[in-house]
Amino acid sequence: MVFNIYDFTGLTEWIHEGLSRSLSPGLTLVVEWALIGAGLLTLVALLGLVLIYLERKVSAVIQQRMGPMRVGPWGMTQTVADVLKLLLKEPLMTRNADKFLFNLAPFIVMTASFLALGALPFALGLHIMDLNIGILYITAITSLGVIGILLGGWASNNKFSLIGAIRSGAQIISYELSVSLAILSIVVLTGSLQISEIINTQQNGWWLFKGHIPALIAFVIFLIAGIAELNRGPFDLPEAESELTAGFHTEYSGFKFAFFFLAEFINMFILAGVGAILFLGGWLPLHFGIDNSFNHVMDFIPPIFWFFGKIFALILLMMWFKWTFPRLRIDQLLKLEWKYLLPLNLLNILLMAFIAMQGWYF
Amino acid sequence: MEQIITYILLALMLIFSVMTVTSGRILRSAVYLLTVLVATAAIYFIMQYQFLAAVQITLYAGGIVVLIIFSILLTHHIEHRMENPVFWKAMISALAALGAVAMIAWVLKDAQSIQNVAGFIPPKMEDIGMALLSYGKQGYVLPFEVISVLLLAAMIGAIAVAKPALLQFKNKNFKQDDQ
Repeated sequence: MVFNIYDFTGLTEWIHEGLSRSLSPGLTLVVEWALIGAGLLTLVALLGLVLIYLERKVSAVIQQRMGPMRVGPWGMTQTVADVLKLLLKEPLMTRNADKFLFNLAPFIVMTASFLALGALPFALGLHIMDLNIGILYITAITSLGVIGILLGGWASNNKFSLIGAIRSGAQIISYELSVSLAILSIVVLTGSLQISEIINTQQNGWWLFKGHIPALIAFVIFLIAGIAELNRGPFDLPEAESELTAGFHTEYSGFKFAFFFLAEFINMFILAGVGAILFLGGWLPLHFGIDNSFNHVMDFIPPIFWFFGKIFALILLMMWFKWTFPRLRIDQLLKLEWKYLLPLNLLNILLMAFIAMQGWYF
Repeated sequence: MEQIITYILLALMLIFSVMTVTSGRILRSAVYLLTVLVATAAIYFIMQYQFLAAVQITLYAGGIVVLIIFSILLTHHIEHRMENPVFWKAMISALAALGAVAMIAWVLKDAQSIQNVAGFIPPKMEDIGMALLSYGKQGYVLPFEVISVLLLAAMIGAIAVAKPALLQFKNKNFKQDDQ
């Protein structure tokens, strides 16, 4: 039996060998790419359905409502109906818009999200590319998404869109610093940027527990700055409904709007994934120390469930934030980043470097 | 397979480089430039220079192009079109570009692809980090520090430019907004 839910290396090797037995190396590569692409598309489609349903139900619970209840049991097929509706909608186009850039923008946002998904390890052996610089690659690629937002906002030729795009740009550029520095403070401990390497260093415990207080501070900063980088509430000023109608995607309709919307949820997944890799041990089960009965019980749960479990825990946390806190003003937003998070982060890295140098972590 | 992709990328880079300078719409030029930069990063990835590729994307595509787009957003209206340059100016620019191409070709004429050298191993991240901070032979700590001083100067300059209020309103009666 090649399929083993604890280790996907056998399965991927089996596919690779089976393909290369009957096809030339070049063609094997193409077929494998197609398989990976189909897998990613399925994942993204499922994620979109599940996350949007989850968001609506979570907000409903927090606001003491029922949420979607009519379509399917507990409204579970509500998102399917919504996607169908978006597919059938007319793709509207403003007359004086820059058509080329207007149409290009959602694809840039989506491409950036897809490229980042490629570097996430879903389980042992289920990792599309394990780059030497994995975590740097993810930060680099996700920073491309803002270009799509800026272009979309400008090309719509609408003042609300433009203001939304500029706000979004300022916000993402500022908070990217904090995210990168928070990532860096864990990289100080791991000594490697390679994602498999980072996960391997957490065999005897997650960095959140092993790294003492600096790791905890880095985790909190990572979450705050990450949510801001996602343009999610309480940092959703770029698309503040009450002041900017919908910000940069005011003029978008139909499937191009769905692309922006979906990319936001995928980015949330990626952020939660990076958080899980750096602070919560990726797909590793919860371990304390080496070789004890507690670890063996935890090992019984397959890694893929651990990874998705951690990601969904983080996502639920982010949704809880969104529906609890009121939206920040633009000056409060910039003050939070430049006056509090960034100095704290720099100090935290120094502290973390000191701890790593003294070997005070486990 | 890699060769086909490399040639496609190179063709894309050439086409979009020309389109960057010939387009009349400034924001489209920026997008064409972005394509060129991302294609360069992709070629670095194919050559296994992963760190260089990621830095190319972070700095050029994610940093500089975003800043260019941001400044265009603040200054240009969507209906604004650039005028076509005068013929002789275009010719001089073309000559300069051709001269640069000739110079690079001359420098590279007997260069050897590093992949063909026996025993080529793609550089490891640790080695790059060590080389950047080493002060021995082939260490880069001096340029690294000089660049950080330059960056610090640029940041202080930016703060000085962005805070004219401190210089102008020394009047005690002027109560500055809490920001």
